[in-house]
Amino acid sequence: MPIDWIMGLAGGVLIGTAAALFLLVNGRVMGASGIVGGLVDGSGRHDWQERAAMIAGLIIVPGLAAFAVGGSETHLTGNWAVIVIAGLLVGVGTRLANGCTSGHGVCGISRLSLRGIVATAFYIGAGGLTVVLFKHLLGVI
Amino acid sequence: MRSFVSFLVGALFGLGLLVSGMTDTTKVQGWLDIFGDWDPTLAFVMGGAIIPMAIAWRFTVGRKPMLADAFPSPPEPRLGRNLVLGSTLFGMGWGLSGLCPGPAVASLSFGGTGGVVFLLAMVAGMMITPRLRNRMDQAALAV
Repeated sequence: MPIDWIMGLAGGVLIGTAAALFLLVNGRVMGASGIVGGLVDGSGRHDWQERAAMIAGLIIVPGLAAFAVGGSETHLTGNWAVIVIAGLLVGVGTRLANGCTSGHGVCGISRLSLRGIVATAFYIGAGGLTVVLFKHLLGVI
Repeated sequence: MRSFVSFLVGALFGLGLLVSGMTDTTKVQGWLDIFGDWDPTLAFVMGGAIIPMAIAWRFTVGRKPMLADAFPSPPEPRLGRNLVLGSTLFGMGWGLSGLCPGPAVASLSFGGTGGVVFLLAMVAGMMITPRLRNRMDQAALAV
């Protein structure tokens, strides 16, 4: 089994453990788009400290870990139009759908939520078609 | 105390994203690229994350959270237009960039200017969504 798959599994268990901790202790669903979105659109004003603390951990700790291992690369495209359009689509799409890969994917599928399963099918399907179209047919990404 | 737990949750989540390679957009796009050099890593990440979470959901039955009054209500059965449309738009942005909200935040310190611009665009999208949703609801009523 390639090392990438093992690291993927190990990282996945860490992500799932984080989500389990959030659920069992704070009684909350760990959805990245909901936590960030509620903070920026004002709908999560009543518990902003928790949201800000979660985001702080999410920025600081991988930052330190990446620094400790000599840096990390995201390999994000250098095409500014693609970056801005993709960012807008991710922001609008996840808030409209009320969840993203963590909320609908990890937390939804694990409780066999129909909404989580359907959302995941649609974002993976749309993502796959987008890569085929923009990479193989148009050569933009 | 709840905020401290939240910080810890963010820390573990971010560490998991980094370790699993999900902050690397080529691995995410490699998973979505079924006609290219397909990379199955994301399936292992999802599987690894769903296992502890499935156990956690089972544990919630008949119990209360340690630092809250109640667990989240059961999932809503209604699917709706916004779920399908939103997930499709999200998938398009995810495919174009290889970033979803968690990794976009987690890679902020090492993702360069592009990562910052992506995050700002994402936040802008999140801020306009409530207005967009209202307008779409009104348009649906008018039809």
